[in-house]
Amino acid sequence: MSVTIDKLSVAYRTLAGDVCPVDEVSFTVRDSEIMGLAGESGCGKSTLGNSLILLEGRMRHLGGTVVLDGKELPIADNRAMRPLRMKEVSLVPQYAMSALNPTRKIRRLAVDLLRCHGVKYASVAEELRRRIALVGLDEDVLDRYPFELSGGMRQRVTLVLSTLLNPSLLIADEITSALDVSTQRAVGELLMEFRERGFVRSVIAITHDLSILAQIADSILVMYAGRLAEKADTDTIVSYPLHPYTRALIASLPEVGVRHDETTLKGIPGRPPALMNCAPGCRFMDRCPLASERCGVQPPFTEVRPGHFVACWKTAQEAAA
Amino acid sequence: MSTLQIDKVSKVFRASGLDRAVTPALRQVSFDIEHGEVVTLIGESGSGKTTLGRIVLRLLSATSGRVLFDGQDIASLRRDGLHDYYRHVQGVFQDPFSSYNPIYKADRVFDLIREEYFTRVTGAAWDAKIDAALEAVALNPCDVLDKYPHQLSGGQQQRLLIARALLLDVKLLIADEIISMLDASTRVDVLNLLVSLKRTGLAILFITHDLSLGNYISDRTVILRYGAVVETGATAKVFGNPQHPYTKGLLAAVPQLHKKWQDRPPELAGENHVRRSAMTFEPPPLRECEQGHLVANVE
Repeated sequence: MSVTIDKLSVAYRTLAGDVCPVDEVSFTVRDSEIMGLAGESGCGKSTLGNSLILLEGRMRHLGGTVVLDGKELPIADNRAMRPLRMKEVSLVPQYAMSALNPTRKIRRLAVDLLRCHGVKYASVAEELRRRIALVGLDEDVLDRYPFELSGGMRQRVTLVLSTLLNPSLLIADEITSALDVSTQRAVGELLMEFRERGFVRSVIAITHDLSILAQIADSILVMYAGRLAEKADTDTIVSYPLHPYTRALIASLPEVGVRHDETTLKGIPGRPPALMNCAPGCRFMDRCPLASERCGVQPPFTEVRPGHFVACWKTAQEAAA
Repeated sequence: MSTLQIDKVSKVFRASGLDRAVTPALRQVSFDIEHGEVVTLIGESGSGKTTLGRIVLRLLSATSGRVLFDGQDIASLRRDGLHDYYRHVQGVFQDPFSSYNPIYKADRVFDLIREEYFTRVTGAAWDAKIDAALEAVALNPCDVLDKYPHQLSGGQQQRLLIARALLLDVKLLIADEIISMLDASTRVDVLNLLVSLKRTGLAILFITHDLSLGNYISDRTVILRYGAVVETGATAKVFGNPQHPYTKGLLAAVPQLHKKWQDRPPELAGENHVRRSAMTFEPPPLRECEQGHLVANVE
């Protein structure tokens, strides 16, 4: 077992009170598994990803543990986390295209990064060159500034740099969102190749686009308003989703070949609730087509079939029957 | 007569450095948009799709070729003519967050339209007009009026900008990647909104890199590559029977729920990184492969 997260809660401190976008979240990512984390904006997926690597000043760890390879990650302790970043846990941030310092050449950036982690550039220079070639770039990108590279190239450079020390866990936050379809495919396939080659052990891929996850992920975890909605392997989520939120997310995706005059797709009415002083009960209740009185009580995240977890009274009961 | 005719439009950007390098961003692009038609312009970054949208909005001028709106060359418009042109042609852009000034309330975009075009409309009539425009984009006035941009979701912001365009007597809407920054769940609502506007006779130039979205909404498709049209025709024909290897490659790269990438050959993989210097100013010639479906020779 590579990563086990148990009842993790993270809050943002605001003047009006705590906002809790990650609320008692528990799940496991196996070795060499790419786990997709899906949901709309405001569902807490990026907060969950960030909390595993850097708790910013306004974020607070309310409880729960993260165990990576049998050792607990001291996520609330910034100083203790420092030596673990990049080596054990690494991040490809959202908008990785603008994550690179525009005033430094790529090589200088790599030297800087490695020195922070006590690694000599010369000792990994050969490997860096190999990986740059592996992602289909010329070696001379190392001597260029980020603005000289296209979005897709910058995305690849970021991917190479953040996995250079073979981290156990990589958090990939919306790595394909701002890219063209052909570059999306290339970057998605690279992520899978990095996993095959053992450059990263486990990956949490965060995105709002389920169709990307259907391509690259082994399992998908759907989050809604800070809580887990559904988790199963990718084929199950895509073909037999149980939670009404997952179903709505899938129904809103246009497939190639669908036209407006034949099939009208439906969005999900409303938006995720504000996470301050949430009403008790299922948080999807207000937007849910299946809601009933029972939903006034928070449904448990239960395993309805082996490996298929869902937090919904109605569909869990149906699946069990 | 077509609402918009784009006739052999080319645009060359010239670098200001010593080498005076020239980049042909558009190479003799021609197509029409009819009344009540949605034409999707598909291309990757660097294909010139946004440049074309900007030329139609007169934010850039074409190096050669003409853009005709209702039969009139837009390059000849001055002052009052241009003022009237913007009454009929409006754009909505990719990033709704940067379309608003964050220190003013979001509905200031309406006030700016009023100052420019409706100085004589009374307060009550203006409010009624705003309510009608908001209703057309399925927004509830009390949800969006008198709010700051950060209090609105991306979908609401984008719909508010479309409502702003609808206040005018708009005949052509340039929608440049308007949904690529929105969540998958809100995208569909904005797309369905465009479909309902098209049914009322609005012509839409829908610029996107997402083929499934383009296919969902459009009547005709134009695929651009390196500034030249590589394939064009009725959407059903271009997507149902793609001829150009570039179109096939793009289609193979679209992430789909029930089909894995691995099962689809990556045609033209890495091809988009071919140096632009390899290309000429002359676009590849188009030939008709079936009725109303044109495809370019492979460059």
